[in-house]
Amino acid sequence: MIFSLLVYAAPHSHQAAESAYRFAVACLAQGHSIHRVFFYGDGVHGASALAAPPQDELNLPARWQALAQTHDLDLVVCIAAAVRRGLLDSNEARRYEKPGHNLHDGFELSGLGQLTEAAIVSDRLITFGA
Amino acid sequence: MSTSKRFLVISRHPPYGSSHARDALDTALTTAVFEQPVSMLFLDDGVYQLLQAQQPAAIQQKNLGATLSALPMYDIDQLYACDKALQNRGLQPEDCLLPVQRLDSNGIAELIRTHDVVMSF
Amino acid sequence: MTLHTLNRPPSNTALLTDCLNACSSGDCLLLIEDGVYCALAQQPLELPEGVTACVLAADVAARGLQSRLHDSIRQVDDAGFVKLCCEHPRVISWY
Repeated sequence: MIFSLLVYAAPHSHQAAESAYRFAVACLAQGHSIHRVFFYGDGVHGASALAAPPQDELNLPARWQALAQTHDLDLVVCIAAAVRRGLLDSNEARRYEKPGHNLHDGFELSGLGQLTEAAIVSDRLITFGA
Repeated sequence: MSTSKRFLVISRHPPYGSSHARDALDTALTTAVFEQPVSMLFLDDGVYQLLQAQQPAAIQQKNLGATLSALPMYDIDQLYACDKALQNRGLQPEDCLLPVQRLDSNGIAELIRTHDVVMSF
Repeated sequence: MTLHTLNRPPSNTALLTDCLNACSSGDCLLLIEDGVYCALAQQPLELPEGVTACVLAADVAARGLQSRLHDSIRQVDDAGFVKLCCEHPRVISWY
């Protein structure tokens, strides 16, 4: 079965961000495929390369990247939600003349249309929200 | 995209205090741009989004009510609200900035059954 | 048939009420994260006719609630969560 996930919660603020990751792992372990993981609203913080949680806590952006590498996942961050909250890739940093960029490797910024497209082509869309 | 699904966006939060209402609305509008049939259902404090005379300029926010009023222009004309949520908050049809179909619990459960994708904010 | 997930405690009465009102016979309610507090024997859930409820085991265990669950509520693991999603053509998240 083809799944897509909508992550609408920030890591460390709400468990939903971690639940989404656990669900993705369980999904892939059962042989299902994940078409896309879409990060929206405060969920965009889950794609920050600058997150530095203590060693004994889950580093979600790094975990997502590792999972994406192994399973060729599409990790898409809503560009409008991200740029507002200071989560930029190098292109956006240049466009807005910001001193740096912080989108974690393995993620890309794109429009909200990617959420609609994911819902259309997937058998299930599961939201993890706060 | 050849396939088409019926989308339902549920909006449960009042405007301005959090980004939920705006995000729900943007999701519905984007879905419509993708030429998918989309309905919106307002529940709980989400019905406050329907109030006329919203003036958010002084809190430096865009007028959500103005965007809501434009929904029919994007072919989002299937708008529903929980009748009890409206009643409990003393909202009459004439208080609303656009016409909505009022649903009881059975109507809401039925509405969900007739949609393929349900996104809640 | 719809799978409803809910992740807030029962003190969020409006959310729980909206979720239960939106259920049809044959639907399943999966309580996750703080939603597992809705599954306790002390405050039994009033489920609509034909609606079943289950809880995510890891969230129950994390909160020390294993012995406090209501008898009628089934525990599922993460794989069970995925399976429930497969069994229901649509999934709604209440949060």
